[in-house]
Amino acid sequence: MKFGVVTFPGSNGDYDALHAVRDALGEEAVYLWHKSHDLDGCDVLVLPGGFSYGDYLRAGAIARFSPIMREVTEHARRGGPVLAICNGFQVACEAGLLPGALLRNKGLTFVSAPVHVRVENADTLFTNRYRDREVLRLPVAHGEGRYVADDETLRRLEGEGRVAFRYVGADGADAAGANPNGSVREIAGVVSESGNVLGMMPHPERACDPALGRPDGLAIFRSMLERVSA
Amino acid sequence: MSIYRFAVHIAPRRGILDPQGKAIAEALHALGFAGIRDARMGKQILLELDAPDPAHARAAVGDMCDRLLANPVTEDYHIAPVESP
Repeated sequence: MKFGVVTFPGSNGDYDALHAVRDALGEEAVYLWHKSHDLDGCDVLVLPGGFSYGDYLRAGAIARFSPIMREVTEHARRGGPVLAICNGFQVACEAGLLPGALLRNKGLTFVSAPVHVRVENADTLFTNRYRDREVLRLPVAHGEGRYVADDETLRRLEGEGRVAFRYVGADGADAAGANPNGSVREIAGVVSESGNVLGMMPHPERACDPALGRPDGLAIFRSMLERVSA
Repeated sequence: MSIYRFAVHIAPRRGILDPQGKAIAEALHALGFAGIRDARMGKQILLELDAPDPAHARAAVGDMCDRLLANPVTEDYHIAPVESP
C-alpha cells in the first residue's frame, strides 16, 4: 500500500509520518508537495503536523486552499483514507472534511507532553487493530487543540460512534486534568461521516518506533492496512 | 472603479470559551479596573479594494468573510466601512 504525506510550507511532522510508514509499518511512502495536483497513485493520504503557513489567520485556514487540497478532498469523497494529525486535523476541519474546529488551548500555553487516550470505537478504518476501550499513550504538541462543535454535531458524533479517541487518565478512567487543551467532551479524535477521514490532535506517527517508547500509534497504520488491502 | 476601505472585526462567538479574553479580563481586574463583565479577544483585518460601487465592495467583503476570514463554526464578524486616510 502506498502512503502520500502532504508537505505544506511549515509542516514539521511530515518526516515523522514518512518514517513511521516506511520503517515501522514497512510500506511505501512518498512526500506530496502542496502545490502538486498529483496524488502519485497513493492509496492513503496523511495531512501531517506542523504550522502550515505559520498558522496565519487561523491554524489550517490558509493551507486548506493549497492546490493539492482539491485532490485530497476528491480522494476523500471517493472514500480514500485520510489520516489528519494535529495541524492536519486543523486543516481538515477548515476544509470541511471533518466537522467542528480547533481553538486555542484552554490553558493558553503550548502543550508538549505524553497523554493518554482511550479508543472509543475499535471498529473504524483507523482503530480496528485496537481493543475496544484500549488506553494508548501518545504525545501531543500543540497550542490550538481545543476541539469545539455545536451541540447537534456533538450529538451526532457520539451517536454515530465517530468519537475515535478521548483523553483519559493513565488507567483509562475519566479523570479531571487528563484533557490537555479543554476539548469539549474530552474529544481527542473524530472520524468523518463516511468513516474514511480521521482527525486527531495526538501524534500516532511519533509513537511507532520502539526506540521512542511505547509504539502505541502503530496500530492506526496497521488498521488502515487491514481494511484497505482487504 | 473606486477604492473602498473596510475594517473587518472578527470575534469568538458568544458562548464559546475565549481563554485569551478571560485572561485579559482577569488582568484588568487585577490592575484595579472594577466592573469588568466580559472581554473577548478578536482580530481586525483592514481591507482596501477596487469595486464599481459601495454595494459591490460590501458584498465582496461579506463573501471573503464567509469563505476565508472568519470560521463559521466559532466566530462572528462585523464589517465597517473606513473613511479614506
